[in-house]
Amino acid sequence: MTVTAVAAAPQVEAEAPEQARRFLRRIRPSRVVVNVVLGAIALFWLVPTLSMMIISFRPSGLFEVSGWWKVFSAPSQLTIQNYKELFTGGSSTVLGGGVPSGIAPGSVLDALRTSLEISIPATILVTVIASLTAYSIVFGRWRGRNAVFLTIVGLMVVPLQVALIPVASLYKDMGSAFGWNPFGTITGVVIFHVAFGLPFGVFLMRNFYTGIPTALIEAGRIDGAGEWTLFRRVVIPLGVAAAASLAIFQFIWVWNDLLVCLVFLGGDPHVPLTLFLYDQERTLAANFWIISTGSMVSIVVPLIVFLAFQRHFVRGMLAGAVK
Amino acid sequence: MAAVAVAQQQGPARRSARRQGQHHLQSLVFLVPGAVLLVAIVIWPAIATVRYSFYNGTATKAVGFSNYKSLFSTADTLIAVRNNVIWVLVFPFIVTVMGLVFAVLSEHIRWSTAFKTIIFLPIVFSVTASSLVFTQIFQLDPHVGVLNAIVQTVDDYFHPPGAYPLSAGQSAASLATSGVVAGPHGTLESSAAVRAGETVRMGLTGVSPDTLTVLGARQARLPAPSAGAVTGLVWRDFSVSNPSNVSGVLPGEDGFTNLHVALLRSDGSTAATTTTDAFGRFVFPNVGPGPFRVQIEASNFTPSFSGTFWLGPQSLTPTGSLSQTAQALLSVPLIDISEILAYLWIWAGFTMVVVAAGLAALDREALEAAHVDGATEWQTFRRVTIPMLAPVLTVVFVTMVINVLKIFDIVVNLGIDSSQPGGQSSTLASDVYYLGFGGGVHTGLASALAVILFVLVVPAMLFNLKRISGK
Repeated sequence: MTVTAVAAAPQVEAEAPEQARRFLRRIRPSRVVVNVVLGAIALFWLVPTLSMMIISFRPSGLFEVSGWWKVFSAPSQLTIQNYKELFTGGSSTVLGGGVPSGIAPGSVLDALRTSLEISIPATILVTVIASLTAYSIVFGRWRGRNAVFLTIVGLMVVPLQVALIPVASLYKDMGSAFGWNPFGTITGVVIFHVAFGLPFGVFLMRNFYTGIPTALIEAGRIDGAGEWTLFRRVVIPLGVAAAASLAIFQFIWVWNDLLVCLVFLGGDPHVPLTLFLYDQERTLAANFWIISTGSMVSIVVPLIVFLAFQRHFVRGMLAGAVK
Repeated sequence: MAAVAVAQQQGPARRSARRQGQHHLQSLVFLVPGAVLLVAIVIWPAIATVRYSFYNGTATKAVGFSNYKSLFSTADTLIAVRNNVIWVLVFPFIVTVMGLVFAVLSEHIRWSTAFKTIIFLPIVFSVTASSLVFTQIFQLDPHVGVLNAIVQTVDDYFHPPGAYPLSAGQSAASLATSGVVAGPHGTLESSAAVRAGETVRMGLTGVSPDTLTVLGARQARLPAPSAGAVTGLVWRDFSVSNPSNVSGVLPGEDGFTNLHVALLRSDGSTAATTTTDAFGRFVFPNVGPGPFRVQIEASNFTPSFSGTFWLGPQSLTPTGSLSQTAQALLSVPLIDISEILAYLWIWAGFTMVVVAAGLAALDREALEAAHVDGATEWQTFRRVTIPMLAPVLTVVFVTMVINVLKIFDIVVNLGIDSSQPGGQSSTLASDVYYLGFGGGVHTGLASALAVILFVLVVPAMLFNLKRISGK
């Protein structure tokens, strides 16, 4: 028994057998037509992202004068002025006949930091706690493990709207009972995200761990290893791929969340990027050039994470097709 | 690791039994953090929400079923329900079909990885950021919104705007000032009959001097009468220095340039057409005896394109003898359609990737057999591929149903005002948020709505449980 054999067994994503692929390629109606149609679809799909990018690089003064698509006839218009303004704040001396953006100095950096402060702990905690829970369900010897697992599967689709009001009052009750009120704090948001990320996390990790032979754990137990040692030294190294899928998936999920932040952080001066953009949209509805620039900033982090760990993310997504 | 892999069977049995007990306890301890969080933040609050739903707005007094009763009897909830129904009926089906089509077609191209990445990318962006992009795409102003810019280009090609487009609510008749009366179908006509050799004067107002200047109009000048011809002038009959002099051609009054005019016989048929020059003059040479009327064509005043406000209050309403309530409940707001379009852009990549994974795992032999038996592409797809993909397609479909039952982000971002309770595009999930936290808070109603939302998700939950426990 080798470690690699175990790790390869519970692949979630079905790898296409090369023969099947070749066969599917052979049955082609008309290659040219398919290429043209898919090319058009791909172009069409790029338009929104492209427009956001172009607007963020065009002078603000041009926004209502001409459409972003006019940039193709005058590429020299492009400037990084919007980015400068977004990061240095609403200076009234805007170059290029611009319009004041209304963005408070430093607010976007603060939002970036807040997004990270929420996403990173929420990701780590979900991955660790879900792994522990899955370990207990798969390798533990207590009764009712299957019932607990099925309960957790059931929880996967519970709309988080169901919990918002009681959790908000629970947080406030904690404030009056212990003098520690997570409502309106990043901690409160993280706790909520971790709890609602767990069902899917446990599901994903459990599916992976069931592929690890129980004999391996039994052997370790007889060998005198404690559960913590087994978890840390045997299960974690084998489950790195699944944990990575979960972590990437969870990170992007939390980074992009609006509702939880809106409920638990609304009105707080320190808001994550999604809430920052949402607020800007409400107050500066017409200032699209600066909001588009903010949107570009908000998608950079998940974009990098996605492109760097594409396979992991897709694998997590496929496993979580039920979320 | 090697030490672990080597099983060592020796050791006193008693010590081993004690260890077993420890193992059980330790592995149960691993469950604690997850269990505490799930019970405290998911399970208990869900139960508490059910309890709150039977309490009043501040959760201080039990009120029985009155929250549910008032929800089902108010138009606000019914509109939210209608929108959820629209979402559930339209979105999951379309997005699943799109995923299937994209996945199948991308098997036939060499650049399928690039294609899939492009389609999949929007999933990685926050719905908030994507909504901002679509807010701008859907803008009314064709200088901002690409959709209306495209519609405008097409519309201008088929219905070119006139040189003097009327603004909203303005009629051609309102321009007539001296010697002009309203004709049929938005035209203007000379008020008196005219014969060959005569000159007709038609004074208009209601067009700004700037418009005329931009079009290259010059100081109006009366044409000289010419034998056998009808001549005339159309000019801006308003002088700032002498406003009371109507029908006189004064300095500062410009001609209407590039205006399409027609000479009509007394039976209304067209004898000739021409266009005015920069001074507002026109000539119809070699006309018959007459009498004639001069008509200013309606096309001169065709309004320019005025965009569709994709995120606005319009809706596709069933016409007919339905009551107002029934019309409100059966209509499909345009903003819902816009939101669904934006959401398709976001989620089609997901369904495509899941279907593609299912496609890759298909039984090759069945496809090959169909091919050998002489089945056409379409037959193979329809009779073999689709049935074999059915389980995957079902999972995708159910996932998307759950997703849109809880639809929130795109609704509050694309319709900041119209997602308010009772608004055109409000949904159950947006109502839960606004009623629970958005001002005018009523925890009882919000909780009752959340319970309804939960009940709607239960079939999907059972589907999942059946599928997963059956594995």
